[in-house]
Amino acid sequence: MKKIISFTVNGAKQELYLDTRKTLLKMLREDLELMGVHLGCGGGDCGACTVLLNGEPVTSCLVLAVDCEGAEITTVEGVQQNGELHPLQQSMIEKGGIQCGFCTPGMVMNSLALLRENPQPTETEVRQALSGNLCRCTGYAKIVEAVLDVGNAMTNSKEAG
Amino acid sequence: MKAFEHYAPDSVEELLELLKSKPNAKLIAGGTDLLLQMKEGTAQPETVVSLKNVEELGGFSVSKNGYRLGTGMTLRRITRSNELTQNFPGLIYAAGVVASEQIRSLATLGGNICNASPSADMVPPLIALDAVVQLVSSQSQRELPLSEFFKGPGESVLKSGEILHSIFLPQPSGSMIYSKHAPRKYMDLAVVGVAVRLAKKHGKINEARVALGAVGPVPFRAEKTEALLAGQTLTTELMREAGEMAAGECVPIDDIRGSAWYRKRMVKVHVRRNLEALR
Ligand SMILES: Cc1cc2nc3c(=O)[nH]c(=O)nc-3n(C[C@H](O)[C@H](O)[C@H](O)COP(=O)(O)OP(=O)(O)OC[C@H]3O[C@@H](n4cnc5c(N)ncnc54)[C@H](O)[C@@H]3O)c2cc1C
Ligand code: FES
Ligand code: FES
Repeated sequence: MKKIISFTVNGAKQELYLDTRKTLLKMLREDLELMGVHLGCGGGDCGACTVLLNGEPVTSCLVLAVDCEGAEITTVEGVQQNGELHPLQQSMIEKGGIQCGFCTPGMVMNSLALLRENPQPTETEVRQALSGNLCRCTGYAKIVEAVLDVGNAMTNSKEAG
Repeated sequence: MKAFEHYAPDSVEELLELLKSKPNAKLIAGGTDLLLQMKEGTAQPETVVSLKNVEELGGFSVSKNGYRLGTGMTLRRITRSNELTQNFPGLIYAAGVVASEQIRSLATLGGNICNASPSADMVPPLIALDAVVQLVSSQSQRELPLSEFFKGPGESVLKSGEILHSIFLPQPSGSMIYSKHAPRKYMDLAVVGVAVRLAKKHGKINEARVALGAVGPVPFRAEKTEALLAGQTLTTELMREAGEMAAGECVPIDDIRGSAWYRKRMVKVHVRRNLEALR
């Protein structure tokens, strides 16, 4: 069975005619070709599919697309600013928080939600917030470092400006 | 996944009328339990009715007697409420140890209860706080203590056409602590969940609640342990005895997360520790 639904993705309005079974993850990948949304476990355990739904981080594999009527969705493709990488993305590269890159979009989206709410988190707060994102490569230390570092940098630049 | 029709009513009245005309419809709140079951094929609804647009279920209200929590509140929102954190710190702690930040953005209070898993983290603390559930359908309305809501794993007293509308919590008396025993610090289900509430008067316990999760087919009150504690002064000896009595009241099973023997041991330890923390 199908249903028409409209919502905003990365600032652009969309209207789609979708199978009610389609998850938000599949809709983003298959209908909008946003391949930064990764399918890992499909069951809420790994966080690779994390996007922001009305500003909150969610595992898009556990959301029905038809439940997103009127929602604002942000994927990793929508976080760059004026063609430049977001400071958090830059920091992930500089600190070596990316190896194979599979977990990276989910890590970025969830960290972004954390930093918006808590611009200068402690290491414990970062680890707690990212506990729903698995990484098989980095051992987490460099990812945590990248988030901590950008937290400090963003706050300093705000104070300076 | 089997094909299904999807409705998203925006009021409780509309929702209840819809359920009346579609008696086999399944409610979806956050979907973190239901969608998994649908993916696995253990749930195959033909009609899915979403609670997302029903604003009435999404908040809480305060009266002289207590608090009424809408069952559509997500666990993330619950952890962000200063007022709830001040009044029910043990309950907010429990909400914060469910799954991950991403799941908590979706998972609702009502879903955690209605899924009726013996290990649901919100249930022992709510039982220890004397929570009363309000069930409504297009024809009826009834209230009962949360401790009487469950019938077995995955089963509750909810009838076809009925929803869990809200949870009433009386003004908190005494302090309540929830502890979750799991091998991993985050992202793990409870091997045992132990909530203890004590209210004291003149140094003696005048009200005791001990609610246990994941050590029986449903979460339950350890009533013998509560009776042992009532009217007493909390001594080291009494805390030890209470731990042993609570372990004796559980009927756990062996499963992948822990053996029945281990679960009993952990109940003993956590009841004692929670009492120590409340001394
Ligand atoms: C990766 C992962 C980790 C998890 N970890 C934990 C954990 O640590 N602790 C824990 O307790 N749980 C955990 N869960 C389980 C789950 O997230 C919670 O039980 C959650 O609170 C369910 O809420 P929901 O809104 O997503 O429910 P849904 O899936 O939408 O619904 C669950 C059931 O309740 C029914 N229902 C929902 N709302 C109502 C209502 N108002 N009236 C009547 N029926 C209703 C639905 O029909 C369905 O049968 C985990 C799940 C995942 C995927
Ligand atoms: S793919 Fe969604 S959490 Fe793993
Ligand atoms: S970089 Fe490979 S999974 Fe994280």
